[in-house]
Amino acid sequence: MSEFKLMKGNEAMAEAAILAGCDAYFGYPITPQSEVLEYLAREMPKHNRIVMQAESEVASINMVYGAAGAGFRAMTSSSSPGISLMQEGISYIAGAELPCLIVNVNRAGPGLGTIQPGQGDYFQSTKGGGHGDYKMIVLAPASVQEMADFVFLGFDLADKYRNPVLMLSDGAIGQMMEKVQFKPYTRPETDKSSWATTGKPRTRNRNYITSLHILPEKMEIHNLKLEEKFKKIRENEVRLEEMNTADAEYLFVAYGLSARICQKAMDIAREKGIRIGLLRPITLYPYPYRRLLELAGQVKMMLSVELNSGQMVEDVRLAVEGKVPVEFYGRMGGMMPTPEEIVHHLETLIQYHHAN
Amino acid sequence: MNSINDCRKPEELIVAGFGGQGVLSLGMTLAYAGMVENKEISWMPSYGPEMRGGTANCIVIISDNKISSPILSQFDSAIVLNQPSMDKFAPRIKPGGLLLYESGNIFKPSIRTDIDIIGIPATTEALKMKNTRTMNMIMLGAYLQLKPVVQNDSILEALAKVLPEKYHHLLPINRQALELGETLARQLKEPVS
Repeated sequence: MSEFKLMKGNEAMAEAAILAGCDAYFGYPITPQSEVLEYLAREMPKHNRIVMQAESEVASINMVYGAAGAGFRAMTSSSSPGISLMQEGISYIAGAELPCLIVNVNRAGPGLGTIQPGQGDYFQSTKGGGHGDYKMIVLAPASVQEMADFVFLGFDLADKYRNPVLMLSDGAIGQMMEKVQFKPYTRPETDKSSWATTGKPRTRNRNYITSLHILPEKMEIHNLKLEEKFKKIRENEVRLEEMNTADAEYLFVAYGLSARICQKAMDIAREKGIRIGLLRPITLYPYPYRRLLELAGQVKMMLSVELNSGQMVEDVRLAVEGKVPVEFYGRMGGMMPTPEEIVHHLETLIQYHHAN
Repeated sequence: MNSINDCRKPEELIVAGFGGQGVLSLGMTLAYAGMVENKEISWMPSYGPEMRGGTANCIVIISDNKISSPILSQFDSAIVLNQPSMDKFAPRIKPGGLLLYESGNIFKPSIRTDIDIIGIPATTEALKMKNTRTMNMIMLGAYLQLKPVVQNDSILEALAKVLPEKYHHLLPINRQALELGETLARQLKEPVS
Protein backbone atom coordinates (compact mmCIF):
# COMPACT_ATOMS: atom_id res chain seq x y z
CA MET A 1 0.00 0.00 0.00
CA SER A 2 1.21 3.46 -0.81
CA GLU A 3 1.75 6.01 1.91
CA PHE A 4 -0.70 8.63 3.07
CA LYS A 5 -0.45 12.16 1.80
CA LEU A 6 -1.93 15.35 3.16
CA MET A 7 -3.77 17.04 0.32
CA LYS A 8 -6.62 19.32 -0.55
CA GLY A 9 -9.58 17.64 -2.21
CA ASN A 10 -8.84 19.52 -5.41
CA GLU A 11 -5.19 18.43 -5.42
CA ALA A 12 -6.08 14.82 -4.65
CA MET A 13 -8.51 14.85 -7.57
CA ALA A 14 -5.83 16.26 -9.87
CA GLU A 15 -3.21 13.71 -8.79
CA ALA A 16 -5.78 10.94 -9.25
CA ALA A 17 -6.43 12.16 -12.81
CA ILE A 18 -2.74 11.65 -13.62
CA LEU A 19 -2.68 8.20 -12.01
CA ALA A 20 -5.89 7.24 -13.81
CA GLY A 21 -4.20 7.90 -17.12
CA CYS A 22 -6.06 11.06 -18.02
CA ASP A 23 -4.60 12.06 -21.41
CA ALA A 24 -5.94 15.58 -21.56
CA TYR A 25 -7.32 18.19 -19.19
CA PHE A 26 -9.00 21.37 -20.36
CA GLY A 27 -10.07 24.01 -17.89
CA TYR A 28 -10.53 27.60 -16.96
CA PRO A 29 -9.72 28.88 -13.46
CA ILE A 30 -12.51 29.54 -10.99
CA THR A 31 -12.62 29.53 -7.20
CA PRO A 32 -12.97 27.15 -5.36
CA GLN A 33 -11.31 24.71 -7.75
CA SER A 34 -8.42 26.65 -9.30
CA GLU A 35 -5.92 24.28 -7.62
CA VAL A 36 -6.86 21.62 -10.17
CA LEU A 37 -5.61 23.58 -13.16
CA GLU A 38 -2.58 24.82 -11.17
CA TYR A 39 -1.65 21.29 -10.13
CA LEU A 40 -2.16 19.73 -13.54
CA ALA A 41 -0.40 22.56 -15.39
CA ARG A 42 2.62 21.80 -13.22
CA GLU A 43 2.47 18.00 -13.22
CA MET A 44 0.84 16.82 -16.47
CA PRO A 45 3.67 17.91 -18.82
CA LYS A 46 6.07 15.70 -16.79
CA HIS A 47 3.94 12.76 -17.92
CA ASN A 48 3.62 13.96 -21.51
CA ARG A 49 -0.05 14.66 -21.12
CA ILE A 50 -2.02 17.61 -22.43
CA VAL A 51 -3.15 20.50 -20.23
CA MET A 52 -4.74 23.53 -21.72
CA GLN A 53 -6.21 26.64 -20.20
CA ALA A 54 -9.07 27.30 -22.56
CA GLU A 55 -10.46 30.76 -23.30
CA SER A 56 -13.69 29.87 -21.50
CA GLU A 57 -15.61 26.96 -20.06
CA VAL A 58 -17.54 26.71 -23.33
CA ALA A 59 -14.24 26.02 -25.04
CA SER A 60 -13.07 23.61 -22.31
CA ILE A 61 -16.02 21.30 -22.64
CA ASN A 62 -15.83 21.31 -26.43
CA MET A 63 -12.14 20.46 -26.25
CA VAL A 64 -13.14 17.56 -24.00
CA TYR A 65 -15.69 16.60 -26.65
CA GLY A 66 -12.98 16.53 -29.29
CA ALA A 67 -10.40 14.66 -27.20
CA ALA A 68 -12.96 12.09 -26.03
CA GLY A 69 -14.11 11.61 -29.62
CA ALA A 70 -10.53 10.82 -30.61
CA GLY A 71 -10.50 8.10 -27.96
CA PHE A 72 -8.53 9.87 -25.25
CA ARG A 73 -9.27 9.98 -21.54
CA ALA A 74 -10.37 13.59 -21.22
CA MET A 75 -11.48 15.67 -18.31
CA THR A 76 -12.50 19.13 -17.25
CA SER A 77 -13.37 20.70 -13.94
CA SER A 78 -14.96 23.93 -12.85
CA SER A 79 -17.30 25.41 -10.30
CA SER A 80 -20.97 26.21 -10.66
CA PRO A 81 -21.02 29.25 -13.00
CA GLY A 82 -18.48 27.55 -15.25
CA ILE A 83 -20.44 24.30 -15.26
CA SER A 84 -23.53 26.23 -16.34
CA LEU A 85 -21.59 27.43 -19.38
CA MET A 86 -20.73 23.82 -20.22
CA GLN A 87 -24.27 22.49 -20.36
CA GLU A 88 -24.63 22.66 -24.14
CA GLY A 89 -21.39 20.76 -24.62
CA ILE A 90 -22.37 18.15 -22.05
CA SER A 91 -25.63 17.52 -23.90
CA TYR A 92 -23.69 17.06 -27.14
CA ILE A 93 -21.22 14.68 -25.47
CA ALA A 94 -24.07 12.64 -23.99
CA GLY A 95 -25.83 12.62 -27.37
CA ALA A 96 -22.66 11.52 -29.13
CA GLU A 97 -22.09 8.88 -26.42
CA LEU A 98 -18.58 9.88 -25.46
CA PRO A 99 -16.84 9.01 -22.21
CA CYS A 100 -15.39 11.84 -20.14
CA LEU A 101 -15.12 13.10 -16.60
CA ILE A 102 -16.48 16.46 -15.52
CA VAL A 103 -15.94 17.77 -12.00
CA ASN A 104 -18.09 20.43 -10.41
CA VAL A 105 -16.76 21.89 -7.17
CA ASN A 106 -20.11 23.39 -6.29
CA ARG A 107 -20.27 26.95 -4.95
CA ALA A 108 -23.36 28.85 -3.91
CA GLY A 109 -25.53 30.52 -6.55
CA PRO A 110 -27.52 31.54 -8.48
CA GLY A 111 -25.46 33.69 -10.81
CA LEU A 112 -21.93 34.38 -9.68
CA GLY A 113 -23.24 33.90 -6.15
CA THR A 114 -20.36 33.41 -3.77
CA ILE A 115 -17.21 31.29 -3.67
CA GLN A 116 -18.33 29.45 -0.54
CA PRO A 117 -19.66 25.85 -0.69
CA GLY A 118 -23.12 25.03 -1.94
CA GLN A 119 -25.22 22.13 -3.22
CA GLY A 120 -27.52 24.18 -5.38
CA ASP A 121 -26.46 22.36 -8.53
CA TYR A 122 -28.23 19.12 -7.62
CA PHE A 123 -31.06 19.63 -10.09
CA GLN A 124 -28.67 20.71 -12.84
CA SER A 125 -26.51 17.65 -12.25
CA THR A 126 -29.18 14.99 -11.91
CA LYS A 127 -32.15 16.19 -13.93
CA GLY A 128 -30.50 17.27 -17.15
CA GLY A 129 -28.88 20.67 -17.07
CA GLY A 130 -28.43 20.69 -20.81
CA HIS A 131 -31.19 20.04 -23.33
CA GLY A 132 -32.69 16.76 -24.41
CA ASP A 133 -33.13 13.35 -22.84
CA TYR A 134 -29.82 12.42 -21.30
CA LYS A 135 -28.39 11.49 -17.94
CA MET A 136 -24.94 11.67 -16.46
CA ILE A 137 -23.70 9.30 -13.80
CA VAL A 138 -23.27 11.64 -10.83
CA LEU A 139 -20.79 10.77 -8.06
CA ALA A 140 -20.85 12.76 -4.82
CA PRO A 141 -17.63 12.56 -2.77
CA ALA A 142 -17.74 13.33 0.95
CA SER A 143 -14.01 13.26 1.70
CA VAL A 144 -10.66 14.04 0.16
CA GLN A 145 -10.11 10.29 -0.25
CA GLU A 146 -13.30 10.02 -2.29
CA MET A 147 -12.31 13.04 -4.39
CA ALA A 148 -9.39 10.85 -5.48
CA ASP A 149 -11.19 7.50 -5.64
CA PHE A 150 -14.07 8.78 -7.73
CA VAL A 151 -11.73 9.99 -10.46
CA PHE A 152 -10.73 6.38 -11.16
CA LEU A 153 -14.30 5.15 -10.75
CA GLY A 154 -15.63 8.02 -12.83
CA PHE A 155 -13.32 7.39 -15.78
CA ASP A 156 -14.04 3.66 -15.66
CA LEU A 157 -17.81 4.15 -15.56
CA ALA A 158 -17.57 6.68 -18.38
CA ASP A 159 -15.73 4.15 -20.53
CA LYS A 160 -18.05 1.32 -19.54
CA TYR A 161 -21.19 3.17 -20.60
CA ARG A 162 -19.73 5.62 -23.12
CA ASN A 163 -21.36 8.38 -21.15
CA PRO A 164 -20.19 11.55 -19.40
CA VAL A 165 -19.67 11.14 -15.65
CA LEU A 166 -19.98 14.09 -13.31
CA MET A 167 -18.28 14.29 -9.94
CA LEU A 168 -20.35 16.71 -7.90
CA SER A 169 -18.20 17.98 -5.04
CA ASP A 170 -18.37 21.27 -3.18
CA GLY A 171 -16.10 24.09 -2.11
CA ALA A 172 -15.47 22.64 1.35
CA ILE A 173 -14.49 19.14 0.20
CA GLY A 174 -12.37 20.72 -2.54
CA GLN A 175 -10.54 23.09 -0.20
CA MET A 176 -10.11 20.97 2.91
CA MET A 177 -7.08 18.82 3.58
CA GLU A 178 -7.30 15.26 4.79
CA LYS A 179 -5.03 12.32 4.43
CA VAL A 180 -5.37 10.46 1.20
CA GLN A 181 -3.95 7.25 -0.16
CA PHE A 182 -3.67 6.43 -3.83
CA LYS A 183 -4.50 2.79 -4.21
CA PRO A 184 -2.93 0.71 -6.97
CA TYR A 185 -5.09 1.05 -10.07
CA THR A 186 -5.47 -1.21 -13.07
CA ARG A 187 -7.26 0.37 -15.95
CA PRO A 188 -9.92 -1.93 -17.41
CA GLU A 189 -9.41 -2.90 -21.04
CA THR A 190 -11.67 -0.87 -23.30
CA ASP A 191 -11.84 -1.21 -27.04
CA LYS A 192 -12.65 2.13 -28.60
CA SER A 193 -11.76 1.12 -32.16
CA SER A 194 -15.40 0.75 -33.25
CA TRP A 195 -16.22 4.40 -32.64
CA ALA A 196 -13.18 6.60 -31.87
CA THR A 197 -11.94 8.86 -34.66
CA THR A 198 -8.33 7.76 -34.63
CA GLY A 199 -7.66 7.90 -38.35
CA LYS A 200 -9.33 5.57 -40.82
CA PRO A 201 -7.43 2.52 -42.00
CA ARG A 202 -8.49 0.77 -45.22
CA THR A 203 -9.72 -2.18 -43.19
CA ARG A 204 -12.77 -0.51 -41.68
CA ASN A 205 -15.50 1.99 -42.38
CA ARG A 206 -15.36 5.56 -41.26
CA ASN A 207 -16.00 6.20 -37.54
CA TYR A 208 -18.34 9.12 -37.30
CA ILE A 209 -19.14 11.04 -34.11
CA THR A 210 -22.24 13.16 -34.04
CA SER A 211 -25.22 14.05 -31.92
CA LEU A 212 -27.24 14.96 -34.98
CA HIS A 213 -29.78 12.46 -36.34
CA ILE A 214 -31.98 14.61 -38.50
CA LEU A 215 -34.54 11.93 -39.41
CA PRO A 216 -37.02 11.62 -36.53
CA GLU A 217 -37.25 7.85 -37.02
CA LYS A 218 -33.50 7.53 -36.60
CA MET A 219 -33.39 10.00 -33.72
CA GLU A 220 -36.00 8.05 -31.80
CA ILE A 221 -34.04 4.85 -32.26
CA HIS A 222 -31.01 6.67 -30.87
CA ASN A 223 -33.11 7.97 -27.94
CA LEU A 224 -34.34 4.47 -27.18
CA LYS A 225 -30.80 3.15 -27.24
CA LEU A 226 -29.76 5.85 -24.79
CA GLU A 227 -32.73 5.06 -22.54
CA GLU A 228 -31.73 1.39 -22.56
CA LYS A 229 -28.28 2.46 -21.37
CA PHE A 230 -29.65 4.70 -18.60
CA LYS A 231 -31.85 1.80 -17.46
CA LYS A 232 -28.78 -0.43 -17.22
CA ILE A 233 -27.02 2.30 -15.23
CA ARG A 234 -29.99 2.56 -12.84
CA GLU A 235 -29.96 -1.21 -12.34
CA ASN A 236 -26.23 -1.62 -11.81
CA GLU A 237 -24.59 1.52 -10.52
CA VAL A 238 -26.49 2.69 -7.43
CA ARG A 239 -24.03 3.37 -4.64
CA LEU A 240 -24.74 4.50 -1.12
CA GLU A 241 -23.43 4.43 2.42
CA GLU A 242 -25.52 3.70 5.50
CA MET A 243 -24.67 4.51 9.10
CA ASN A 244 -26.66 3.42 12.13
CA THR A 245 -29.68 2.42 10.05
CA ALA A 246 -30.17 -0.98 11.70
CA ASP A 247 -32.09 0.37 14.70
CA ALA A 248 -33.00 3.79 13.28
CA GLU A 249 -36.34 5.40 14.05
CA TYR A 250 -35.40 8.50 12.09
CA LEU A 251 -33.18 8.98 9.08
CA PHE A 252 -30.94 11.74 7.78
CA VAL A 253 -30.53 11.73 4.02
CA ALA A 254 -27.57 13.83 2.92
CA TYR A 255 -24.71 13.77 0.43
CA GLY A 256 -21.23 15.30 0.25
CA LEU A 257 -20.34 17.84 2.91
CA SER A 258 -23.89 17.77 4.32
CA ALA A 259 -23.48 14.07 5.02
CA ARG A 260 -20.32 14.78 6.99
CA ILE A 261 -22.07 17.44 9.07
CA CYS A 262 -25.02 15.06 9.58
CA GLN A 263 -22.66 12.36 10.92
CA LYS A 264 -21.72 14.69 13.73
CA ALA A 265 -25.37 15.67 14.23
CA MET A 266 -26.21 11.96 14.38
CA ASP A 267 -23.63 11.41 17.14
CA ILE A 268 -25.03 14.31 19.16
CA ALA A 269 -28.65 13.15 18.64
CA ARG A 270 -27.83 9.57 19.60
CA GLU A 271 -26.22 10.80 22.83
CA LYS A 272 -29.58 12.42 23.53
CA GLY A 273 -31.32 9.10 22.95
CA ILE A 274 -32.68 9.83 19.47
CA ARG A 275 -32.22 6.74 17.34
CA ILE A 276 -31.29 8.32 14.05
CA GLY A 277 -29.36 6.87 11.12
CA LEU A 278 -27.86 8.31 7.97
CA LEU A 279 -28.23 7.33 4.36
CA ARG A 280 -25.64 8.97 2.14
CA PRO A 281 -26.28 8.62 -1.58
CA ILE A 282 -22.89 8.25 -3.26
CA THR A 283 -24.45 8.20 -6.72
CA LEU A 284 -26.97 11.02 -7.10
CA TYR A 285 -27.78 9.54 -10.48
CA PRO A 286 -28.71 6.74 -10.32
CA TYR A 287 -30.47 7.56 -7.05
CA PRO A 288 -30.98 4.98 -4.27
CA TYR A 289 -34.79 5.07 -4.51
CA ARG A 290 -35.22 1.38 -3.69
CA ARG A 291 -33.27 1.41 -0.43
CA LEU A 292 -35.07 4.55 0.74
CA LEU A 293 -38.42 2.88 0.06
CA GLU A 294 -37.34 -0.09 2.19
CA LEU A 295 -36.29 2.24 5.00
CA ALA A 296 -39.63 4.07 4.71
CA GLY A 297 -41.18 0.92 6.17
CA GLN A 298 -38.88 1.19 9.19
CA VAL A 299 -38.41 4.84 10.18
CA LYS A 300 -40.94 7.42 11.36
CA MET A 301 -39.51 10.38 9.48
CA MET A 302 -36.74 11.26 7.05
CA LEU A 303 -34.88 14.57 7.08
CA SER A 304 -32.99 15.67 3.99
CA VAL A 305 -30.19 18.12 4.83
CA GLU A 306 -28.74 20.10 1.94
CA LEU A 307 -26.82 23.29 1.17
CA ASN A 308 -29.68 24.59 -0.96
CA SER A 309 -33.37 25.44 -0.79
CA GLY A 310 -34.51 21.81 -1.03
CA GLN A 311 -33.57 19.91 -4.17
CA MET A 312 -32.60 16.31 -3.34
CA VAL A 313 -35.56 16.20 -0.92
CA GLU A 314 -37.78 15.82 -4.00
CA ASP A 315 -36.05 12.55 -4.84
CA VAL A 316 -36.42 11.35 -1.25
CA ARG A 317 -40.15 12.11 -1.45
CA LEU A 318 -40.38 10.30 -4.78
CA ALA A 319 -38.60 7.32 -3.24
CA VAL A 320 -40.81 6.83 -0.19
CA GLU A 321 -44.12 6.98 -2.08
CA GLY A 322 -45.82 8.90 0.71
CA LYS A 323 -45.24 6.15 3.27
CA VAL A 324 -43.37 8.38 5.70
CA PRO A 325 -43.04 12.14 6.27
CA VAL A 326 -40.02 13.64 4.51
CA GLU A 327 -38.74 16.92 5.92
CA PHE A 328 -36.03 19.29 4.75
CA TYR A 329 -33.43 21.48 6.37
CA GLY A 330 -30.95 23.57 4.47
CA ARG A 331 -28.75 26.63 4.43
CA MET A 332 -27.90 28.68 1.37
CA GLY A 333 -25.59 31.40 0.17
CA GLY A 334 -22.41 29.57 1.19
CA MET A 335 -23.55 29.30 4.81
CA MET A 336 -23.20 25.88 6.39
CA PRO A 337 -25.39 24.47 9.12
CA THR A 338 -23.68 23.43 12.34
CA PRO A 339 -24.33 19.94 13.71
CA GLU A 340 -26.05 21.49 16.74
CA GLU A 341 -28.34 23.50 14.49
CA ILE A 342 -29.39 20.35 12.63
CA VAL A 343 -30.08 18.49 15.88
CA HIS A 344 -32.18 21.38 17.12
CA HIS A 345 -34.24 21.28 13.93
CA LEU A 346 -34.56 17.51 14.18
CA GLU A 347 -35.86 17.73 17.75
CA THR A 348 -38.44 20.33 16.74
CA LEU A 349 -39.64 18.12 13.90
CA ILE A 350 -39.85 15.03 16.11
CA GLN A 351 -41.99 16.97 18.59
CA TYR A 352 -44.20 18.27 15.79
CA HIS A 353 -44.78 14.82 14.29
CA HIS A 354 -45.31 13.32 17.74
CA ALA A 355 -48.01 15.90 18.50
CA ASN A 356 -49.73 15.37 15.14
CA MET B 1 -5.22 22.91 34.04
CA ASN B 2 -7.69 20.29 33.00
CA SER B 3 -6.64 16.88 31.88
CA ILE B 4 -5.37 17.59 28.44
CA ASN B 5 -4.05 14.50 26.81
CA ASP B 6 -7.03 12.19 26.66
CA CYS B 7 -6.19 10.47 23.41
CA ARG B 8 -9.65 8.94 23.06
CA LYS B 9 -11.20 12.34 22.63
CA PRO B 10 -10.64 14.16 19.37
CA GLU B 11 -9.04 17.60 19.53
CA GLU B 12 -11.12 20.23 17.77
CA LEU B 13 -9.11 23.39 17.28
CA ILE B 14 -9.59 26.68 15.50
CA VAL B 15 -6.67 28.90 14.51
CA ALA B 16 -7.58 32.44 13.53
CA GLY B 17 -5.91 35.74 12.77
CA PHE B 18 -5.04 38.16 9.99
CA GLY B 19 -3.99 36.86 6.60
CA GLY B 20 -0.19 36.68 6.56
CA GLN B 21 0.21 35.77 10.23
CA GLY B 22 0.73 32.14 9.34
CA VAL B 23 -2.64 30.89 10.50
CA LEU B 24 -3.08 28.32 7.75
CA SER B 25 0.47 26.99 7.91
CA LEU B 26 0.27 26.66 11.69
CA GLY B 27 -2.83 24.49 11.27
CA MET B 28 -1.31 22.57 8.39
CA THR B 29 1.85 21.75 10.36
CA LEU B 30 -0.28 20.38 13.18
CA ALA B 31 -2.45 18.38 10.79
CA TYR B 32 0.61 16.95 9.10
CA ALA B 33 2.05 15.92 12.46
CA GLY B 34 -1.21 14.15 13.21
CA MET B 35 -0.89 12.25 9.97
CA VAL B 36 2.71 11.29 10.82
CA GLU B 37 1.25 9.62 13.92
CA ASN B 38 -1.36 7.76 11.88
CA LYS B 39 -4.19 9.74 13.37
CA GLU B 40 -7.24 10.91 11.50
CA ILE B 41 -7.01 14.57 10.62
CA SER B 42 -8.86 17.31 8.83
CA TRP B 43 -7.81 20.85 7.99
CA MET B 44 -10.58 23.13 6.83
CA PRO B 45 -9.46 26.60 5.78
CA SER B 46 -11.55 29.69 5.35
CA TYR B 47 -11.06 30.52 1.70
CA GLY B 48 -13.83 33.06 1.34
CA PRO B 49 -13.86 36.81 1.01
CA GLU B 50 -12.27 37.16 4.44
CA MET B 51 -9.09 35.61 3.01
CA ARG B 52 -8.89 38.43 0.51
CA GLY B 53 -7.72 41.07 2.93
CA GLY B 54 -9.07 40.27 6.35
CA THR B 55 -9.21 37.47 8.85
CA ALA B 56 -8.23 33.93 8.05
CA ASN B 57 -8.95 30.81 9.99
CA CYS B 58 -8.67 27.06 9.81
CA ILE B 59 -10.31 24.29 11.75
CA VAL B 60 -8.01 21.40 12.59
CA ILE B 61 -9.37 18.13 13.95
CA ILE B 62 -7.06 15.39 15.20
CA SER B 63 -8.70 12.15 16.22
CA ASP B 64 -8.08 8.46 16.75
CA ASN B 65 -11.36 7.76 14.99
CA LYS B 66 -12.82 8.71 11.65
CA ILE B 67 -13.73 12.39 11.58
CA SER B 68 -17.33 13.30 10.90
CA SER B 69 -17.95 16.98 10.30
CA PRO B 70 -14.97 19.12 9.27
CA ILE B 71 -17.17 22.16 10.00
CA LEU B 72 -17.71 22.93 13.66
CA SER B 73 -19.25 25.66 15.77
CA GLN B 74 -17.73 24.69 19.13
CA PHE B 75 -14.07 24.07 19.80
CA ASP B 76 -11.90 22.42 22.43
CA SER B 77 -9.18 24.99 21.82
CA ALA B 78 -8.59 28.20 19.95
CA ILE B 79 -5.36 29.90 18.94
CA VAL B 80 -6.24 33.50 18.14
CA LEU B 81 -3.81 36.03 16.74
CA ASN B 82 -5.89 39.20 16.46
CA GLN B 83 -8.70 41.01 18.23
CA PRO B 84 -11.51 40.23 15.73
CA SER B 85 -10.70 36.51 16.07
CA MET B 86 -10.70 36.79 19.85
CA ASP B 87 -14.11 38.45 19.77
CA LYS B 88 -15.50 35.93 17.32
CA PHE B 89 -14.18 32.66 18.67
CA ALA B 90 -13.77 33.10 22.43
CA PRO B 91 -17.53 32.52 22.97
CA ARG B 92 -17.34 29.31 20.93
CA ILE B 93 -14.87 27.45 23.12
CA LYS B 94 -16.34 24.56 25.07
CA PRO B 95 -16.34 24.96 28.86
CA GLY B 96 -13.04 23.68 30.21
CA GLY B 97 -11.35 24.44 26.90
CA LEU B 98 -8.22 26.38 26.07
CA LEU B 99 -7.97 29.88 24.64
CA LEU B 100 -4.42 30.74 23.61
CA TYR B 101 -3.87 34.24 22.31
CA GLU B 102 -1.07 36.41 20.98
CA SER B 103 -0.83 39.12 23.62
CA GLY B 104 0.96 41.67 21.43
CA ASN B 105 -1.95 41.92 19.01
CA ILE B 106 -4.82 41.43 21.45
CA PHE B 107 -5.55 44.00 24.06
CA LYS B 108 -8.94 42.79 25.22
CA PRO B 109 -8.92 39.07 25.91
CA SER B 110 -12.09 37.24 26.83
CA ILE B 111 -13.31 37.52 30.40
CA ARG B 112 -14.72 34.00 30.50
CA THR B 113 -13.89 32.13 33.70
CA ASP B 114 -14.86 28.62 32.58
CA ILE B 115 -11.95 28.20 30.17
CA ASP B 116 -8.18 28.52 30.42
CA ILE B 117 -7.05 31.79 28.86
CA ILE B 118 -3.36 32.17 28.20
CA GLY B 119 -1.58 35.02 26.45
CA ILE B 120 1.78 34.53 24.76
CA PRO B 121 3.86 37.56 23.67
CA ALA B 122 4.85 35.76 20.51
CA THR B 123 5.31 38.83 18.31
CA THR B 124 7.73 40.42 20.77
CA GLU B 125 9.63 37.17 21.04
CA ALA B 126 9.70 36.76 17.27
CA LEU B 127 11.13 40.27 16.96
CA LYS B 128 13.87 39.28 19.38
CA MET B 129 14.61 36.35 17.06
CA LYS B 130 14.82 38.89 14.22
CA ASN B 131 12.18 37.04 12.23
CA THR B 132 8.57 38.07 12.82
CA ARG B 133 7.33 35.23 10.66
CA THR B 134 8.24 32.73 13.36
CA MET B 135 5.40 34.12 15.47
CA ASN B 136 3.02 31.33 14.44
CA MET B 137 5.52 28.63 15.40
CA ILE B 138 6.01 30.21 18.83
CA MET B 139 2.25 29.99 19.27
CA LEU B 140 2.21 26.39 18.05
CA GLY B 141 5.00 25.48 20.48
CA ALA B 142 3.06 27.06 23.34
CA TYR B 143 -0.11 25.25 22.30
CA LEU B 144 1.63 21.88 22.19
CA GLN B 145 3.11 22.47 25.63
CA LEU B 146 -0.43 22.98 26.96
CA LYS B 147 -2.12 20.36 24.76
CA PRO B 148 0.38 17.71 23.68
CA VAL B 149 -1.90 16.26 21.00
CA VAL B 150 1.12 15.18 18.94
CA GLN B 151 4.74 14.35 19.73
CA ASN B 152 7.56 16.83 19.25
CA ASP B 153 9.29 14.62 16.69
CA SER B 154 6.15 14.52 14.58
CA ILE B 155 5.96 18.30 14.50
CA LEU B 156 9.58 18.55 13.38
CA GLU B 157 8.94 16.02 10.65
CA ALA B 158 5.79 17.90 9.65
CA LEU B 159 7.63 21.21 9.51
CA ALA B 160 10.07 19.82 6.95
CA LYS B 161 7.15 18.66 4.82
CA VAL B 162 5.01 21.78 5.07
CA LEU B 163 7.83 24.23 4.47
CA PRO B 164 8.70 24.26 0.75
CA GLU B 165 12.20 22.97 0.08
CA LYS B 166 13.53 26.37 -0.97
CA TYR B 167 12.81 27.57 2.58
CA HIS B 168 14.47 24.66 4.32
CA HIS B 169 17.29 26.92 5.48
CA LEU B 170 14.62 28.35 7.78
CA LEU B 171 13.98 25.02 9.50
CA PRO B 172 16.38 25.69 12.41
CA ILE B 173 14.81 29.04 13.28
CA ASN B 174 11.34 27.50 13.13
CA ARG B 175 12.49 24.74 15.48
CA GLN B 176 13.88 27.37 17.83
CA ALA B 177 10.57 29.20 17.70
CA LEU B 178 8.67 26.03 18.62
CA GLU B 179 10.97 25.40 21.57
CA LEU B 180 10.67 29.02 22.69
CA GLY B 181 6.88 28.74 22.62
CA GLU B 182 7.04 25.61 24.74
CA THR B 183 9.28 27.34 27.26
CA LEU B 184 7.05 30.41 27.48
CA ALA B 185 3.95 28.29 28.05
CA ARG B 186 5.75 26.15 30.63
CA GLN B 187 6.81 29.25 32.54
CA LEU B 188 3.28 30.62 32.50
CA LYS B 189 1.87 27.32 33.68
CA GLU B 190 4.17 27.08 36.68
CA PRO B 191 2.76 28.76 39.75
CA VAL B 192 4.64 31.87 40.80
CA SER B 193 6.42 31.16 44.09
